[in-house]
Amino acid sequence: MARAMPGERESGWIRELERGYRSRARRVTLLVRIWQAALLIAFILLWEAAVRHGRLDELLFSYPSKIAGMLGELAVSGTLVPHALTTVLETTAGFALGTLGGTLLAALLWWFPAAARVLDPYLVVLNSLPKVALGPIFIVGFGPGYLSIIMTAVAVTIIITTLTIYGRFREIDANYLKVVRLFGGTRWQVFRLAVLPGSLPTIVSALKVNVGLSWVGVIVGEFLTAKRGLGYLIIYGFQVFNFTLVLSSLIVIGAVAALMYGFVSLIESRLSPGYRVR
Amino acid sequence: MDVMLRLSGVSHAYVSPRGATLAVDGLNLDVAAGEFVSLVGPSGCGKTTILNLMAGLLKPSRGTVELAGEPVSGPNPRIGYMLQQDYLFPWRNIRDNALIGFEIAGARGPEAIRRVDRLLAEFGLAGSARRYPHELSGGMRQRAALVRTLVREPDVLLLDEPFSALDLLIRHQLEDLVWETVRGRGVTAVLVTHDLEEAAAMSDRVVILNASPGRIRAVLDVPASIRTRQPSEARWEKEFGPLFHHLKEMIQEPKGGGAGHARGAGERMDPRT
Repeated sequence: MARAMPGERESGWIRELERGYRSRARRVTLLVRIWQAALLIAFILLWEAAVRHGRLDELLFSYPSKIAGMLGELAVSGTLVPHALTTVLETTAGFALGTLGGTLLAALLWWFPAAARVLDPYLVVLNSLPKVALGPIFIVGFGPGYLSIIMTAVAVTIIITTLTIYGRFREIDANYLKVVRLFGGTRWQVFRLAVLPGSLPTIVSALKVNVGLSWVGVIVGEFLTAKRGLGYLIIYGFQVFNFTLVLSSLIVIGAVAALMYGFVSLIESRLSPGYRVR
Repeated sequence: MDVMLRLSGVSHAYVSPRGATLAVDGLNLDVAAGEFVSLVGPSGCGKTTILNLMAGLLKPSRGTVELAGEPVSGPNPRIGYMLQQDYLFPWRNIRDNALIGFEIAGARGPEAIRRVDRLLAEFGLAGSARRYPHELSGGMRQRAALVRTLVREPDVLLLDEPFSALDLLIRHQLEDLVWETVRGRGVTAVLVTHDLEEAAAMSDRVVILNASPGRIRAVLDVPASIRTRQPSEARWEKEFGPLFHHLKEMIQEPKGGGAGHARGAGERMDPRT
């Protein structure tokens, strides 16, 4: 990175240029933030006003201040945390196991290309199948509880992960594999030194996608069987026609899911120092 | 002189759903220990195939490849190979990249790290050991790749157009560096190149190949005045011009009978874009 080295005389206006550029960039960022906040506030105010003036059905849509009150109540009474924690743990287990299992399956397909050819149509069919439809089978198979909920999340994530990561394994430039082979590397070393590290960005981005997918699996799983969790709160709220509870749970889900996504993004940036794909 | 590499009656065909194509046909070639041989020829003359056969990455369909009298049956640490590009692993820093040969052999340790660091310093990369490939220029990366290969102290160095992706100036510097390294260590070298000038400036012998299938058309010995000077100086020798023209004529010269075909092959010798 060659940086212009300004002489004594020119340095003044160049620094001026830099300062101007930076302050403009800061101003744009600030404006973006202001708009983002304004949109949220406007949405909440409009929602509140529309319900209070009878433009929206209060039973169905509830309204922000009531939801805030409900959330406060849930938090104070100590019901919110265990429910949220249960769902977070199930989701985390779901996307971690789904990603790990998918990577493992992809590795097996890479190791046994003949098996990959044979299994190809089955993977395509499994991938297009709506996996949550397997939920009832899991409940009977694994019993109504955490295990069947986590398995639903794994089912949602594992096949697409396998296909994505296996695709990446095969895309690695053959010359990198050649480098390892030229030093007398075994097939396992080719995988460990070239294929797997070269696919790490894909694996991490699969992890990010799986955070979202795992939420789908867990919430549906909780709809079907749970005694605890945010999905359970939603279904319970629906059964007693308390849509304030439903919307409160949804907001918690949104917040926690965003946090989880941010956490995985953090792992991503930590995991790859200096990594830059050519 | 001892023969380091011997190809006897080597033919290689690639098989695909469209059929088999003969890439190399009936090749006989001896490379003496410490010799520097260049392979030149139009694209499609199987130059890279020949290197892959020498490296043991490919098994010849017919014939044998021997390294110091032993048949080559697979990749061998005694043979080093430089690719057209550096192919340094982007997720490893330069030192870890250069250590990969030791790592694969299960010999990564303080001694291996010392040797890598010494060689990196020798090649002007001492300050870059902890940097990542994308932070380095093309020439530095190719030097790092050279360290990765040389640190395993191979007897034979196979060079597959290792300078073709570089700027002219960097290319000439690197040619000198490789030439000095190879001569200084008594390493046997086989260079594949499109660049006739490069072949003439670097090697003891130039092997000219025909295209599809690859066959040896002619072998040219480089005069002592040129082969004893480093490439950048050799280009200024009196005899260099005539040698270069002779090479060019030999590559364009129609082979007995198939004049049209041979001219076509000559045209394809134009510098790559």
